[in-house]
Amino acid sequence: MSARSIFTRPARLAAIAPYVWMVLFFLVPFGFVLKISLSQTAIAQPPYLPVFDLTQGIAALRSAFAAMSLDNFRLLVSDDLYVLSYLRSLVVAAVSTSILLVIGYPIAYGMARLPQRWQPIAMMLVIIPFWTSFLIRIYAWINILQHDGLLNKILLALHIVSAPVVWLSTDSAMYLGIVYSYLPFMILPLYATLAKMEPSLLEAASDLGASPRRAFWLVTFPLSLPGVAAGILLCFIPIVGEFVIPDLLAGSNSLMIGQTLWLEFFTNKDWPVASAAAVMLLVLLVVPLIFYDRLQRRQLGDSR
Amino acid sequence: MTARGLNRLSTFNAVSLALGVAFLYLPIVILVIYSFNASRLVTVWGGWSLRWYSEFFHDRAMLDAASMSFRVAATSATIATLLGTLAAVALSRGARFKGRTLFSGMLYAPLVMPEVITGLSLLLLFVAVNAERGFWTVTIAHTSLTMCFVAVVVQSRLGVLDRSLEEAAMDLGCDPLRAFIAVTLPLILPAIAAGWMLAFTLSLDDLVIASFTTGPGSATLPIRIYSEVRLGVKPEINAICTLVIGLIAAVIVIASLASKLSSARGESAAPL
Repeated sequence: MSARSIFTRPARLAAIAPYVWMVLFFLVPFGFVLKISLSQTAIAQPPYLPVFDLTQGIAALRSAFAAMSLDNFRLLVSDDLYVLSYLRSLVVAAVSTSILLVIGYPIAYGMARLPQRWQPIAMMLVIIPFWTSFLIRIYAWINILQHDGLLNKILLALHIVSAPVVWLSTDSAMYLGIVYSYLPFMILPLYATLAKMEPSLLEAASDLGASPRRAFWLVTFPLSLPGVAAGILLCFIPIVGEFVIPDLLAGSNSLMIGQTLWLEFFTNKDWPVASAAAVMLLVLLVVPLIFYDRLQRRQLGDSR
Repeated sequence: MTARGLNRLSTFNAVSLALGVAFLYLPIVILVIYSFNASRLVTVWGGWSLRWYSEFFHDRAMLDAASMSFRVAATSATIATLLGTLAAVALSRGARFKGRTLFSGMLYAPLVMPEVITGLSLLLLFVAVNAERGFWTVTIAHTSLTMCFVAVVVQSRLGVLDRSLEEAAMDLGCDPLRAFIAVTLPLILPAIAAGWMLAFTLSLDDLVIASFTTGPGSATLPIRIYSEVRLGVKPEINAICTLVIGLIAAVIVIASLASKLSSARGESAAPL
């Protein structure tokens, strides 16, 4: 009997505890989101109707089902506020992911071309900000971008502008914040594929007469596409639902869906509508999530 | 032309690297410098001072939030490391089992799932079972998120591990559990440690999930910082942020030293 098959049974037993945990605290909660997205708003604690009460037996269950409605979803697709915030989320995520790719690729490429012994240090430098608080890094930008912040001071001192420019509460500030926060997520998968690339391939291309530029577009870039895909997914999916960055850096005249959800939940205390918004957000993300799951499986040698 | 020549760093490569690193670090450096500013006005430099640090150490509410955050981070990171390691072992050594696809899907999805969804769904669960919201609900929520990161870190380490070592141990008469404890565990220990630290810092960072799952009177540090930041820049916040950055930097240094130590013993360093 091979070692692998001897190891199999205890390894399967190891799955039990994390499995149960994830079902209880990841899967089941989605059931609640779905259920509450179908119920009605109420001024009560908790603020939704009907409340499942299992002690009341089957009859209560049946009446609970009867009271379910798609009203919240109808509201979401008919109210401009929600439709616009969905569209805005998609546009912001697409635009920022493109910027991230354009900025992240040269950096990852530079890292992969560093001498071997410098590469771990460069990787460390990219990872450290990823470990540092999200909130703190956004706050750092507020310091710089505010009305009498460093950026305006420098611009004024250099006579590039004659009066302080409004940076905070603009879309540019938000894009800057998103690009800043997600850059490591883009660089790391790109670097991982670029670093693995066989240098002899480029040598062959140049032997066959390709200019370095041509060799890059014909050899390097196509081979790095798995990294590109991973970087895009790692950035796009969470950015669609981003809350903190647009909330602190963008203006309040147009919201992303994460902000709308937050607002409905914390300010309007409309849990059913917030849940419906979450369901819609999830629907929006199902396709990229499936792609991401496949990629992750392949990467971790998990496709057995 | 040799491959070496082709592989040399061009000016373009060097410039993009330098700009990238500057972009990533400059804002943090500025934040740290301004935390030592004596002036009340965050934008005017008034000389070096530690007054905002002492302000923080006299701010009862902030200190309570910090202590809450640390307790949550330490507890959730520990549970997450345990569960995440088990999950990684199951996925990389367990071959096929029922519900495997669902299992790995549930483990990978939270890595990219927008936090508003995770937070909201967990809150609805806690409300439905009438759990009292506070320390434990936030801890459970953070554990669910961070165990996935631990699982990925440990799993990628297990993936590059030489299986013949485990096989040899079992040929020599170890049962699987003993082989795992005697051979596999010491080899993946650096990855497990890195996983714990990653889980700790992620929990310490999290604003969105904690906001949904905590109850009145038990705010975490990010929740407090966030409510202050919304009102504008305050020097005290710079000081707190600097302390958090310092702490995380220390954690990273320890982590990289630990992985250096293990690679000095002839093992390759753990990823992340």
